[in-house]
Amino acid sequence: MTNHVTPVRTYVLVWLALMILTAVTWQVALLDLGSWNIVAAITIACIKMTLVIAIFMHARSVEALTKLYVLAGFFWLLILLAFFLMDYLSRSWQVVPRPY
Amino acid sequence: MADTIAVEHEHTPNLQHHFDNMEQQFSSATLGMWTFLLTEIMFFGGMFGAYTVYRSMYPAAFESTTHYMNVTLGAVNTMVLICSSLTMALAVRSAQVDNQKLLRLMLVLTLIFGFVFLGVKGYEYHEKWVEHLIPGPHFEYNNRAFAHEAQILFFLYFAMTGFHAIHMIVGAGLMTNLIIQSSRGRYSSQYYAPVEIVGLYWHFVDIVWIFLFPLLYLIGAHLKHT
Amino acid sequence: MSTVIESPRSEERVNYLNVKDSWKSWLFTTDHKRIAILYLISITAFFFLGGLFALLIRLELLTPQGDLVTSDTYNKLFTMHGIIMVFFFLIPSIPATLGNFLIPMMIGAKDLAFPRINLLSWYLYIIGGLTAVGSILAGGVDTGWTFYPPFSSTYSHTYVMAAAIGVFISGFSSILTGLNFIVTTHKMRAPGMTWNRLPLFVWSHYATSLIQLLGTPVVAITIALLAMERMFHVGIFDPAIGGDPILFQHMFWFYSHPAVYIMILPGMGVVSEIVACFSRKRPFGYDFIAGSSIAIAVLGFLVWGHHLFVTGQSMYASLIFSLLSMVVAVPSAIKVFNWSATMYKGSVSYQTPMLYAFGFIGLFTIGGLTGLMVASLALDVHLTDTYFIVGHFHYVMVGGMVLAYLGGLHFWWPKMTGRMYPEGWAKFSALVVFVGFNLTFFPQLILGYLGMPRRYHAYAPEFQVLNVMSTAGASVLGAGFLIPMIYLVYSLFRGPKAPANPWDARGLEWEAAPSPPPTFNFDKPPVVTREAYAYSEEAHVG
Repeated sequence: MTNHVTPVRTYVLVWLALMILTAVTWQVALLDLGSWNIVAAITIACIKMTLVIAIFMHARSVEALTKLYVLAGFFWLLILLAFFLMDYLSRSWQVVPRPY
Repeated sequence: MADTIAVEHEHTPNLQHHFDNMEQQFSSATLGMWTFLLTEIMFFGGMFGAYTVYRSMYPAAFESTTHYMNVTLGAVNTMVLICSSLTMALAVRSAQVDNQKLLRLMLVLTLIFGFVFLGVKGYEYHEKWVEHLIPGPHFEYNNRAFAHEAQILFFLYFAMTGFHAIHMIVGAGLMTNLIIQSSRGRYSSQYYAPVEIVGLYWHFVDIVWIFLFPLLYLIGAHLKHT
Repeated sequence: MSTVIESPRSEERVNYLNVKDSWKSWLFTTDHKRIAILYLISITAFFFLGGLFALLIRLELLTPQGDLVTSDTYNKLFTMHGIIMVFFFLIPSIPATLGNFLIPMMIGAKDLAFPRINLLSWYLYIIGGLTAVGSILAGGVDTGWTFYPPFSSTYSHTYVMAAAIGVFISGFSSILTGLNFIVTTHKMRAPGMTWNRLPLFVWSHYATSLIQLLGTPVVAITIALLAMERMFHVGIFDPAIGGDPILFQHMFWFYSHPAVYIMILPGMGVVSEIVACFSRKRPFGYDFIAGSSIAIAVLGFLVWGHHLFVTGQSMYASLIFSLLSMVVAVPSAIKVFNWSATMYKGSVSYQTPMLYAFGFIGLFTIGGLTGLMVASLALDVHLTDTYFIVGHFHYVMVGGMVLAYLGGLHFWWPKMTGRMYPEGWAKFSALVVFVGFNLTFFPQLILGYLGMPRRYHAYAPEFQVLNVMSTAGASVLGAGFLIPMIYLVYSLFRGPKAPANPWDARGLEWEAAPSPPPTFNFDKPPVVTREAYAYSEEAHVG
């Protein structure tokens, strides 16, 4: 089979990036950025995840269909999170009845 | 046409009978594993959903738990898993270039990293037991204001890292099988699909931990504690 | 159109049924057709077990007083009826039997992509099913099939764990089936079998598989978290530590609503095939029927909050869920229009499969319309937890799904078994099913509107007449289900041998394989050269 062989150097560079990003996550978490803390944490985690998927899991060299499936998975997770929060975050909003 | 298929089956001993050729078999196997990982995203996703809801409801209680987490060990474990992903990726590459010795070495290293991770996890669980941080009747929490809701975070901690650990143990089993099979010379550049798909599984388990570390260990890291 | 019956040959050709006879060759088979038969037998057994509970429920409801069983026992009856029917009959039914058998044949493949995983699927189903049966034999479960905490986690003294574990295990059976179908459809199609030549049956199973993959894992983790709460006496749904029982309902229905589309989409695929064959016409709007299957799968994930309208869910979330619930009806309606348009100016004949298809279209429409009624927030406040809901979902599940299942079973019976069933008896029992069904469940729509609550073993005396009608209908319906059991089994031994294509249908399973097919499906691998449903052309011989 003629599958693309990734160079060792690429793998090592990605490994290095992941290690550094782990340290960054940790250090940034020690700073008080208010509600940006969670944004930073998730953003860095997403970058790490993208590196793992793209390079370690060869997602760049798989066919378009598989890429679509991976995206679909995250999209569905987003649906779950968004619609859960849709209920919980709006429960405290007052429903003001209007007199007729 | 039936004759050429029969001939192909004779020359390619790893070709299963319902497939026409190795390409079809390989791409089916990888699509199958990616699809399975899709289901795993939703499996863990349910717990991430519960976490998201409760963190939005009890932000201060969740932040108070970081003081009781062993952040150093969590970070160490994160790095251990990243190393294991490197060795796993290199194992797949070794199979692709027919380097049998390196393949075996990388698989063994991956397994060792996996055991280190599980060992550290076991130590952490023991720590939690000793410090009365297991949710339930024996839960003791110095931060009295959050003594109830903190249990939700700790329950999710054990549930999420517990299911993650179960997946690691399964991964270790798969890795062991790969080591045994590769020592029998089973894999080569012509047939390495099992190494590839176990690799995909292993990387996915790594990705789950990449999210678990900040979400469970670093929630309130910015708070100053005496 | 008359059926051509060939005289039996003196020696029987080798096919997937007679190639090997030992029990090992069945229990360790990887042949998708044998696995389909294994599923057929086990699913039928569970159907009659679930039906037994239904019979007991209807017997109790003959009288307003709770006099046949205690209220605790009654709670167990409707719980076990629900668990068995939902998880061990409806979810696997068409995909595991007809889907398993037909999908490789319809696309021109020798088997599914992962035959051993297919067998594993069946074993997981059996293990999960036996675990659930174990909970019944031990004394039953009384939480409702919906397992709501805190009753299920804390206060119920019944065998919740065993039932939950049984459902958890069988969920993986469903996931693996879906996975197999997806990869098979992508990777195993014969040369020339492009996506827009796929039978609509395959499209509907593809959409079903998407739901199985994306939804089932969520209910799996939900049940696992519930089991942990019950086992450790602490958990995230426990209000004592700030947990929210409604979160369970969110997580549970995130799967369980799309699950109803797992149940109905395969039935819609069956109806598409039957309507095309017995109208002698290509389905009208093939692209729209295929696309609407995918649309139902996607939209079906966005509506689950309509099960939570009265639970304290926020008004704003309820509004959005209500709107989306109306939207999801649109692709289903598109299908109904397209089936009707297929029949228009077609050459319609009324064999048993077509009778079931007609029944499906009518009854599913009623069920769907009642669904729209309860999607409306204001109406649902009045109708929720009444018999209106019970009537609604039985219209779509029994009037829809079960009729489609029976229709598909009859349609493909000659292909699967090599025998013809007796058409006269089949038409008769289809009529019995239709009459019995409506007599059972239409009164329930009225009862619900009048305010009779569900899951109660006693009711106000003014509801008795309608309840008696419903129970009478249930007896007729039960007979309607038993009669096919008898003549279908009889046909295996005494039925006339079926030719390869008794209906003169189009499709690889009819035109390129004998009845029953050989183990690897085709004598020579098919190559597809024309569009699907080429009914206006001459019958393709062999």
